[in-house]
Amino acid sequence: MAILEISNLQKSFDKDTPVLRGIDLSLEQGETVAIIGSSGSGKTTLLRCINFLETPDQGTIRVGGETLLDASDRRTYKESEIRKKRLHFGLVFQSFNLFPQYTALENVTLASLLLAKEAPDYQSHHKELTAAIWEKGRTLLRQVGLAEKQDLYPHQLSGGQQQRVAIARALAQNPDILCFDEPTSALDPELTGEVLKVIRGLAEQKTTMIIVTHEMAFARDVADRVIFMDEGVIVEEGPAKQVISHPQQERTRQFLARFQGA
Amino acid sequence: MFWSVTASLLEGFGMTLKIFVLTLVFAIPLGLLISFGAMSKFRPLKWLIKTFVWIIRGTPLMLQLIIIYFGPGLLFDWELLPRFAAVMVAFVINYACYFSEIFRGGIEAIPKGQYEAGQVLGMTKSQIFFKVLLLQVIKRIVPPMSNEIITLVKDTALARTISVYEIIWNAQVYIKSAGLIWPLFYTGVYYLVFCGILTLLFGYLERKLDYFRV
Repeated sequence: MAILEISNLQKSFDKDTPVLRGIDLSLEQGETVAIIGSSGSGKTTLLRCINFLETPDQGTIRVGGETLLDASDRRTYKESEIRKKRLHFGLVFQSFNLFPQYTALENVTLASLLLAKEAPDYQSHHKELTAAIWEKGRTLLRQVGLAEKQDLYPHQLSGGQQQRVAIARALAQNPDILCFDEPTSALDPELTGEVLKVIRGLAEQKTTMIIVTHEMAFARDVADRVIFMDEGVIVEEGPAKQVISHPQQERTRQFLARFQGA
Repeated sequence: MFWSVTASLLEGFGMTLKIFVLTLVFAIPLGLLISFGAMSKFRPLKWLIKTFVWIIRGTPLMLQLIIIYFGPGLLFDWELLPRFAAVMVAFVINYACYFSEIFRGGIEAIPKGQYEAGQVLGMTKSQIFFKVLLLQVIKRIVPPMSNEIITLVKDTALARTISVYEIIWNAQVYIKSAGLIWPLFYTGVYYLVFCGILTLLFGYLERKLDYFRV
C-alpha cells in the first residue's frame, strides 16, 4: 500500500495564476522519487504543501491511510494539529536553514529535546530520554560523515557540510517521508558530490524520499521513479531511466534537451 | 564645597538612575508588544500602532512630559499624576516606541527559512521564537539598542521639565543659591562615567554573542 497519497492538489497564490493544477502522486514505502522541471513549474510549492508550509486550495494528503489534510475540511489544518502532522515529513531546504547559534549536534537534537519534554514519562525518565537523543544525534552525524564536526557552529562549516547537518537534523525526527528541495542548488559545484553521496546512501537504505532536483544524472541513477512537472501539472512519470533517457512526452524531451544544451 | 556638591549631584544622579532603570524595565517588554502589533496581519491594529508610534516619535519627549503631566488636569479636570509617575509614563511610552522599531527591524531581518525550519521540525510557535529566533534577534539589535539606551541616560535630564529633581536640577540650584556654574559642568563627569560603563557592558555582550553569525 502506498505510504503517501496525494490527490487533486491545487494551489494558487492569486486568482489568475494557479501554481499547482491538480497533482496526483503516490509513493510506496522505501521508494525514492525525483521531481524535475523548470523553475516555476510548481515543484517547490508541491513540497511546501506536503510539509504544511503552504495550505492547498483543494486536494487531500494521506499518509499510511490517514487523511492528514483535506482542503475542503478546515478542521484538518488547525495549527495545533498541523504541528504533529508535520512530523510525518522531513524537509531539507535549498538554503540549509541551520540554526546559527547552535552547534552541528545541537541543531540535530534541538527539536527532539523539545518534543521529549511533552512525553508523559518525561519527568521520571528525562535523563535516559535526553541521553538517547544525544546519542542518536551523534549517530546521525556519523552517518553523514561529520562525527568530528559535531561541536562546530554552522558558519564554521562548508556549504556541503551544512547541508549534511541539515539532512541529519531532518532524519532525527524519524520522518516517514523525507523531502529535499533542490538540496545542491545553493552549493559550489565541487561540494555537491558529498551531499548527493549522503542522499544516495539513504536511498540504498530504502528511505522513502521525494527529491526536487536539477541533477539529472543523479535523478537517473538514484531515483526509482522520476516525475516531470510543467506549469503545475505532472506531464510524465515513470521509471527513472526511462523518463530521463527515453522521455515519451514532447514537453519532457524539450526540457531535457534544453538541460543538456546548457 | 567640592564634596558637598559631589554628594548633592550624586543624590540627583540617583534619581537619574532610577528613571533610567525603570524606563528600561518597562519599555523593553512594552516595546516588544508594540513591535508585534506593528507586524500584525490584522490591518486596523497595525495601522493604529503605526499611527501611535508616528505621534510619539514625531513629537519631542519634553512636550510629551508636559502633556502627560498637565494634560489630564487641563482637559478633563482630573487630579494631576504625581510628578515622578508622569515622568515614568512619558519615558516608558516614548522609549517603548523607539525600541519597538528596533525590535521590528531585528525580527524582520531574520530569514523566513529559520522559522520554517523550526516549523517542519514540529516546533511550536513559542519554541521557535524563544529557542531559535530570539538570540538571533538579540545579536542583531545590540548595536542599535546600545545607541538608544545611551541616549536614554542623557534624556533623563528632561525630567526637570516637570520639576523632578535629577542631577542637572541639583546642579542648577548652585547657580541660584551660590552663583556657582562649575557644578553644572561637573554633572558631565557623572554622565560620561556612566555611559562609559554602559559602553563596556555592550562591548562585552557583543563579544559574548560573537560565537555565531547571523
